[in-house]
Amino acid sequence: MDNVYLSHNNIVSSLGFDSTTVIDSIEKGNCGLSVYEDNKVLHVPFCSSRIAPKELQKRYENLNPNTEHTRLEKMMLVSLADTLEKKSKIGLDERTGLLISTTKGNIDVLEEDSNFAESRAYLAELGEQVQKFFGFKNKAIIVSNACVSGVLSIAVAKRLIKQGRYDRILVVAGDLVTQFILSGFNAFQALSLEPCRPYCNSRTGINIGEVAASVLVTKNPKELAPESVQIMGEASCNDANHISGPSRTGEGLYRSIENALGQSGVRKKDIDYISGHGTATMFNDEMEAIAFERAGLSKTPVNSLKSYFGHTLGASGLLESIIGMHSLHRNTLFASLGFEELGVSRPMNIIKKTTNKELNVFLKTASGFGGSNTAVIFKKV
Amino acid sequence: MENRYYIESFSHVNNGIVSVNGAPVFKTLETDFKSVMKLAYKQLIVDYPKFFKMDNLSKLGLLAAEVLLREEWEKNIAMVFSNRASSLDTDRGYQDSIKDATHYYPSPAVFVYTLANICMGEISIKHKIHSENCFFVMDEFSPETLSSYTEELMDENKAEKVLCGWVDVDNEKYDAFLYVVAKKGTFVHSDAEINRLYKTTHEQ
Repeated sequence: MDNVYLSHNNIVSSLGFDSTTVIDSIEKGNCGLSVYEDNKVLHVPFCSSRIAPKELQKRYENLNPNTEHTRLEKMMLVSLADTLEKKSKIGLDERTGLLISTTKGNIDVLEEDSNFAESRAYLAELGEQVQKFFGFKNKAIIVSNACVSGVLSIAVAKRLIKQGRYDRILVVAGDLVTQFILSGFNAFQALSLEPCRPYCNSRTGINIGEVAASVLVTKNPKELAPESVQIMGEASCNDANHISGPSRTGEGLYRSIENALGQSGVRKKDIDYISGHGTATMFNDEMEAIAFERAGLSKTPVNSLKSYFGHTLGASGLLESIIGMHSLHRNTLFASLGFEELGVSRPMNIIKKTTNKELNVFLKTASGFGGSNTAVIFKKV
Repeated sequence: MENRYYIESFSHVNNGIVSVNGAPVFKTLETDFKSVMKLAYKQLIVDYPKFFKMDNLSKLGLLAAEVLLREEWEKNIAMVFSNRASSLDTDRGYQDSIKDATHYYPSPAVFVYTLANICMGEISIKHKIHSENCFFVMDEFSPETLSSYTEELMDENKAEKVLCGWVDVDNEKYDAFLYVVAKKGTFVHSDAEINRLYKTTHEQ
């Protein structure tokens, strides 16, 4: 059976416009979050990580676009162009797929002062824009599955490759910081005005951030990048409990981890670290602690990269998986920023300081509205 | 492609009709979405008042799933859904509630439904199914991605059965087509057959 790998990749974020720059910044302990006052988005100040508009525009114009694109499309095009450049030897033939992960897509076109038609909010239109820009032969496959979309997309890409539908899939993920999203999380009283502190006893809530990320998923060992990882196992299980509240028993996440592990052939003791979901809401972090304990992973080092970027919605799982691959190849555990004292009811081993350690395998998890959970296990190639 | 899997049963909800395997189980002459759902609920769902708190997409999905799952004992059923409008039907209403600073009423109860996959979450809760979920968005119903993804779930024993299909609500237009993929069944699980079943009631 063919193995499937993550290969060339890009991150467009407040910490930089390519993976190496972003990972270097994370390694130095830089946080991409800051407080914004932007009445167009929210009537009160909010803590977020946003992509520098001027730099984004410059990089977008360097791609010589011949039509107008939305902000999200610009983010995705800039990200995917960088990933594609690194795999220049491979043409975009019929065997190459395009997969887009997003929760809300171009939702900002619903705002009254948008320059774009409301029809641009249909995700297939977003897909068509990205497909046409690069000349993909196949229509974009679009996954929109709440906050697990990014990591679920990796599972989807692997599964479609294994079924022989494609040889390789370019996955691009992105979501915007918009009035729509921030008003919603604010109405839930979930937003923190400070950079979030996942799993910490002084955590005060979530930040919403903005990134675009992209990765080549391939079965061809000749198409690998130096930082490549193999997708060992993946699973996605529903809590069947509540559409907006995390399960009190961590049921779906626990089942996702067990199922992904079973498929991977990896032993629990060989998981070097967990890249958690860690949104820094009270209930989410508690749920994760319960699920990890049930899975026998209480002692495994954990970080939440939300502490660098906030929650970047449909991009977060892909962003954090890409950072995880670099983490393995740099043999470096990245600190969970802002963490001081454990604030969940079960033991956890939170990574307090960025440290060097021989690494081979990591587990990425995500959970989201609708009771969704996803776990994927990656191994260094 | 060898035929390893089959379609056990399928349902449609559109034009005031709910059908199972092509045969109507509910009909109304009402045309507006709300009335159709209310009447169909009374006949087909009956005792699940939470239904009325759901958004249109979740109502439609729950109803289309109910007629297939009510006598189903298997709980290891994955869900692979798709549509065109994602949750836009609800998104528009939510955006209206926040567009004006002087009439600014974002509702958490509405916000939570501004995700298409919530519909699968509601079905999972009602039928106590802790399974794989994935929601795809595309410009029109097309079985290729759904069928490949479903076969991989079955091949890897991620699920015993898979509830697949299309659940779309957009400005009063609604259309649902769900089908259960299993190791045994009446129809072959192929893209051509899925397309044929999708069109079964559409051509009447």
